[in-house]
Amino acid sequence: MNNILTVIPAYNEEENISKVIAEIKNYCRQTDIIVINDGSEDETGDLARSAGAVVIDLPYNMGYGAALQTGFKYALRNNYQYVVQIDGDGQHEPADIPRLLGPVFSGEADVVIGSRFLVDNKYKAPFFRKMGMKIFSFLASIITRRKITDPTSGYQALNINGLEFYAGEYYPADFPDADVIIMLHRVGLKVKEMPVVMYQHLSNKSMHAGLKPVYYIFKMFLSIFLTLLRKDTFEKKVIKPGQL
Amino acid sequence: MFFKQKIFALLMLFAIITIIIELVRRRKLLEEYSWLWLLTGSVVAVLVVWYDPLVFISKLIGAVLPTTTLFIFGIIFLMLISLHYSIKISTLTNQVKKLAQELAILDQELREQVRGNSDV
Repeated sequence: MNNILTVIPAYNEEENISKVIAEIKNYCRQTDIIVINDGSEDETGDLARSAGAVVIDLPYNMGYGAALQTGFKYALRNNYQYVVQIDGDGQHEPADIPRLLGPVFSGEADVVIGSRFLVDNKYKAPFFRKMGMKIFSFLASIITRRKITDPTSGYQALNINGLEFYAGEYYPADFPDADVIIMLHRVGLKVKEMPVVMYQHLSNKSMHAGLKPVYYIFKMFLSIFLTLLRKDTFEKKVIKPGQL
Repeated sequence: MFFKQKIFALLMLFAIITIIIELVRRRKLLEEYSWLWLLTGSVVAVLVVWYDPLVFISKLIGAVLPTTTLFIFGIIFLMLISLHYSIKISTLTNQVKKLAQELAILDQELREQVRGNSDV
């Protein structure tokens, strides 16, 4: 068993999942791969199993954050020291995994966020999404006093400290975003962004589609505001492996 | 308040309180969820019968009719009950999330074990 686990949350990704797993294996041999099958109605789970990943089938569609967190809990239970989270839709380039892991290996950061805006990218966001990203990266940068360019990025690497926090009480079940980065800052965990390549969503079922951007912007403002209001120390709620 | 109004209000309250107690007795409703309803019913019943406090409160809040006061407090109580349920739903959502995650992880471990055993 390796001490790195790659967590892939996947909902109806039968078209992409096998390719994503194969590429991760190709670019990072020292990692185990777990797919969190988030209540898919298609063959995602079976395809991931035959591609050689461990698969956890959630009993119903629980949402992106809750699916990811299941992977984090699994990682803690099985004593992994490092975790990479990557989307199952082929949006993230697996070749960037070693680069993301660099700063967590060296102890430079507890959480590394892959940013699509630190390099020239093929990524073009729809208007609303772009606005949301701009606003929240600005807010996150001011509050954490370091430049955050891509708070919505679901391409991240964590060490054991980041992992324990992500597996804990405060990790949001819907869409972890700038609010999580602010929480990390308040807990005293080090966050660093690294440039990564991101592609346009291949399938058009982004969580930022339809009326959702409006709810997303409202929810994120509220979440950031409340995160700032809370004076409690998050450390107390960090889950240790024994408590799972 | 007219006599007829009083009788109507008391009959309604009596019916509601009886239904709630009966639901708890049959274990269709947990005691935990019944107390707010019973409290609401009892306070309204007291105000219906004992008119002076109702008039006093009406003057205090600037209501013209004591019946308005009853309605206002009825609505406030209903809002509190809804809030109480929202809190409960949030707690339940969290608990269900944790349970489902735990279940999924255990399910995976079990499969792994079964596969390990059949390989041997």
